[in-house]
Amino acid sequence: MTSKLFLALLLLPFSGLAQDDPAGVDMLDTAVVVVAPPTSVIAVDHKYDKGERIDLTWVPSIDDQLVEGKVLAYRIYRIVNDGGPQLVADVATGVGPYQYADEDLHRDSIYSYYVAAVSSNYEAASTRTAPMSPQREWMNLDRKWLFLIALIVGGSVLLFITAARRGTKLFVRKIAGLEAVDEAVGRATEMGRPILFVPGIRDMDDVQTLAALTILGRVSRVIADYDTRIFMPTSRSLVMTAGRETVKAAYQAAGRPDKYSDDMVTYYTDEQFGYVAAVDGVMVREKPATVFLLGAFFAESLILAETGNYIGAIQIGGTARPAQLPFFIAACDFTLIGEELFAASAYLSGEPMQLGSLKGQDVGKAIAMIAIIVGAVAITIGEAWDVEFMHDIVTWLSGVFSTR
Amino acid sequence: MKKSTLIVMAVVVVLFLLSWVLKASALQPEQGSYILRGFLVTFAAFLTLAVMSFLYQDNPFYKFAEHLFVGVSAAFWMCMGFWTTIVQNLIPRLSTSLADYFMVPQRPEGLNLFFYTPVILGILLLMRLSPRGGWISRWPLAFIVGTTAGLNFIRYLRSDFIKQISSTFVPLLGTQWEGIGPFLSNLDLSASGQLVLLLSNWVVFLGVFTGLIYFFFSKEHKGAFGVGSRVGIWILMITFGASFGYTVMGRISLLVGRITFLFGTWLELI
Repeated sequence: MTSKLFLALLLLPFSGLAQDDPAGVDMLDTAVVVVAPPTSVIAVDHKYDKGERIDLTWVPSIDDQLVEGKVLAYRIYRIVNDGGPQLVADVATGVGPYQYADEDLHRDSIYSYYVAAVSSNYEAASTRTAPMSPQREWMNLDRKWLFLIALIVGGSVLLFITAARRGTKLFVRKIAGLEAVDEAVGRATEMGRPILFVPGIRDMDDVQTLAALTILGRVSRVIADYDTRIFMPTSRSLVMTAGRETVKAAYQAAGRPDKYSDDMVTYYTDEQFGYVAAVDGVMVREKPATVFLLGAFFAESLILAETGNYIGAIQIGGTARPAQLPFFIAACDFTLIGEELFAASAYLSGEPMQLGSLKGQDVGKAIAMIAIIVGAVAITIGEAWDVEFMHDIVTWLSGVFSTR
Repeated sequence: MKKSTLIVMAVVVVLFLLSWVLKASALQPEQGSYILRGFLVTFAAFLTLAVMSFLYQDNPFYKFAEHLFVGVSAAFWMCMGFWTTIVQNLIPRLSTSLADYFMVPQRPEGLNLFFYTPVILGILLLMRLSPRGGWISRWPLAFIVGTTAGLNFIRYLRSDFIKQISSTFVPLLGTQWEGIGPFLSNLDLSASGQLVLLLSNWVVFLGVFTGLIYFFFSKEHKGAFGVGSRVGIWILMITFGASFGYTVMGRISLLVGRITFLFGTWLELI
């Protein structure tokens, strides 16, 4: 197969000479290798796109089916708005199904195609396809299941938010790390030392930063009540702005707006390790009694957590970055693992919006658990005892949970 | 400042100068500005040692390196933000004369007035500086947060939810199950054998399922659900342990890189 393809590609540049330059034919070949053209060339609009692609299929030349190597390739010609034919591609023979996708087209142009079978010195063209224009579809029905799943999860979130707003008490299990927040703030108050809150190194477009800021709201409120100091170094200007808003709102809610200062939330640098160097410096100089490491962390997680451990601070870490969680677990007193970070913000704030979102996600998890059990059992029985019905279930489930 | 501190600082300065002179003289004059290169290598070594000195305790050398790093990087990112985002990306889309002024090439697609949207949002964000109009800066923030949440919803739904579910449809008895008798009689302990495949499929299935139980917040973790949750957290911890070791090995390679610089490029001992 490989040698056939290689031969086809090798001879392809010369094959055009056969028709354009008869002298060239004499030099290359003594006899013309006549081949039959491909048949049933069909051009159809590509479904569910923006109207910029047409799919071509054809039945290969009979000579290609009977004699290996006689047809070297298929040439795709495109005719736009009754203009001259344009060569758009060469498709090698023997490489999968005979089809071609013509892309980057315009909806307002009319296209027709023909396909030519190419031998070493001859080209046999098929009939032209009917003129057509690519169509734009408004909805991609290939993703109907994705839409339905999004609808179920999103609908559940809305449903639970509405329920929470109406006063329905939504149960959320206890999260160990959160029980320690009040204790950690109280400890800092007793020791007369500040609290350091590090919101990670990502910007406001990261949900982990948003979750960290929600927790910051609750922590700041407790800090304001206890009249303790908080310091929050940031590595993004937008996070600094949002952090100041959050802390300020918490101090106002606690009835102590006079205690708030913009110096509580400062910006250092966007540079990852520059920021880490600065925060480490703050840790060893200010010696905070409590350190919160909540948000999106990368390679700096262990450096920060280890320095916090070194100064003897009680540390509450939390991130959804799987690669950084081991370091927080090793060096922090409490760790919010993955989604616990997002659950924590809902749990602490008690806001209907966040609680409803958390409960809605639990609906998604319940769907996932059921689907996993059904899928795993079906594929196990199907594979082990070759039960057709089980194969059908797996095929259907794979279609539903497809990422196409 | 203490006398001992001054002495230490003086010693470090003398060592720095000595290293600079020796390094510059060790470099070949034909290699260009060897005095400057000697300084750069010595300064890089000094900064490396200054940062490493933090392992002992906080000290003026670490503070110097820290402040230099923060200051230089903050300025660098400020310049990068201005020249790459505003000058190179925004201005050619908004104004031909401004693009000519900054000597940046025109965009092939021409001007695009749609890009006035980020300009307006940016100006609104700067309203934070105004004592009376500070609340306006919340609108662009809300825009950023809202669009991010919306855009990420489908992306995460596909990659973190749907993809994980379909990948957990694994045959729990392997792919060539013919019964317990043939399985035991043809027991193969190799990595590609049926036993290993069967075990790995069970780990995937149980790991995902019990992990989901652990992160299910609507039910108290008691009884069978509690057992599932505990299995889930054990699997998580084992995974974290493996990840910890793997990452620490990566960090060791970074340390080796620095040691190689100190003993190779700087001291030329290796």
